[in-house]
Amino acid sequence: MSVATPRDLAELRAFRGEHPESTLLAGGTDLMVEINLHGRRPNHVVSLGGIAELRRWTVVGERLRIGSMVPWAEMERGDLARLAPALAEAARTVGSPQIRAAGTLGGNLGTCSPAGDGLPVLAALEATIEIDGPDGARSTSFADFMTGVKRNSLRTGEYVVAVDLPIVDGWQGYAKVGTRNAMVIATASVCLVRDSRNGTLAVALGAVGPTIIRCHDAERFLVERHDLRDSTPPNDELVSEFGRLIAGASRPIDDHRSSADYRRHAVGVLARRLLERSYP
Amino acid sequence: MITSSYTLSVNGRRHEIDDSWIGESLLYVLRERAGLPGAKGACEQGECGSCTVVIDGRAVCSCLVMAASVTDSEITTVEGLGPDGALSDVQRAFLDEGGVQCGFCTPGFIVAVHHLLERDPQPSDHDVREALSGNICRCTGYGRILEAVHNVVRRRNS
Repeated sequence: MSVATPRDLAELRAFRGEHPESTLLAGGTDLMVEINLHGRRPNHVVSLGGIAELRRWTVVGERLRIGSMVPWAEMERGDLARLAPALAEAARTVGSPQIRAAGTLGGNLGTCSPAGDGLPVLAALEATIEIDGPDGARSTSFADFMTGVKRNSLRTGEYVVAVDLPIVDGWQGYAKVGTRNAMVIATASVCLVRDSRNGTLAVALGAVGPTIIRCHDAERFLVERHDLRDSTPPNDELVSEFGRLIAGASRPIDDHRSSADYRRHAVGVLARRLLERSYP
Repeated sequence: MITSSYTLSVNGRRHEIDDSWIGESLLYVLRERAGLPGAKGACEQGECGSCTVVIDGRAVCSCLVMAASVTDSEITTVEGLGPDGALSDVQRAFLDEGGVQCGFCTPGFIVAVHHLLERDPQPSDHDVREALSGNICRCTGYGRILEAVHNVVRRRNS
């Protein structure tokens, strides 16, 4: 086992060309747990922490580009939080301050846990994932990126460079439930984005299926019956049916964190709450 | 198993780390190879905060840092906070207020408090609670720890 610490993207690309099977080390909050407690012994590790280009975020027109090594701590407040409020809310629910200082959006994408807090936000905002590797750069939608529980469509040698998101004119939020309020992995989570300029809605569910679930039926149901550009909220009947459709879209399982029934119920409640909050 | 030698910069001093298995956490290397047992190991999964150190200005759990990946960083542990081996004002306040009982979580709290007060010399009670939310104490009930922090803030600002 060796640890490479490339200084820039060119060094990273060269190293991955030589060692395409090397393990990527982002913030370490997943990988080190596997090494410390689960006996994982990777052969070659490449640490992304020294690459300044991956730690930057920029605004390009009406879009936001966040480097894969930007830590949660930077997303939870300040300018980034104003530009991507749902991402900021998700960031604030990640672990402790120490975890948020280390953990990154790129790490969330690398691990691709269905409970990853950033992932429902990327799904609802229809983020583009920028990828690089020995065979060159490419982009993919988040929907095509996450393929299963802890599975993504990165090819051997590839790595995530940045995430590209729209800056939405409207309201966006993230909510999750766990066994307690803080320092907890989601048992169910929801991101809701209401674009009040275009009158569109996007809802994505975390921890209730093998991948993040987009709720197209529930979105369509509401958009067809209520003008979301309007400042009046939909009536109670519509909100209730919306919650039922959200719960119906989930595909949860029973596991050590929660039961399928509870999770199905929880995403319906969370989505209704977020919809109501989107009319301040 | 492949071993390796590298150098870490801890509390302004260079530490040569020899024959280390390269996947070792910074927590393990500090305690077992660098002779710095201040950071404590408990959960080894980033949940308890007892191994908190500061790396390049960020307070993190050293159990989740691969030591060989931070050879270019400046690391501060609880041993590096007081002047010449004496207690820092934060450590003194923890003792005076009874914020130390079994003491196992204390080094992590001390590092987290120093880190907070460097960024924010006049934190609100909410700010203090938020900044220390990643450090778990099973003895004190936190009241005396919070009181110690507020005493340091009052003294530093008077």
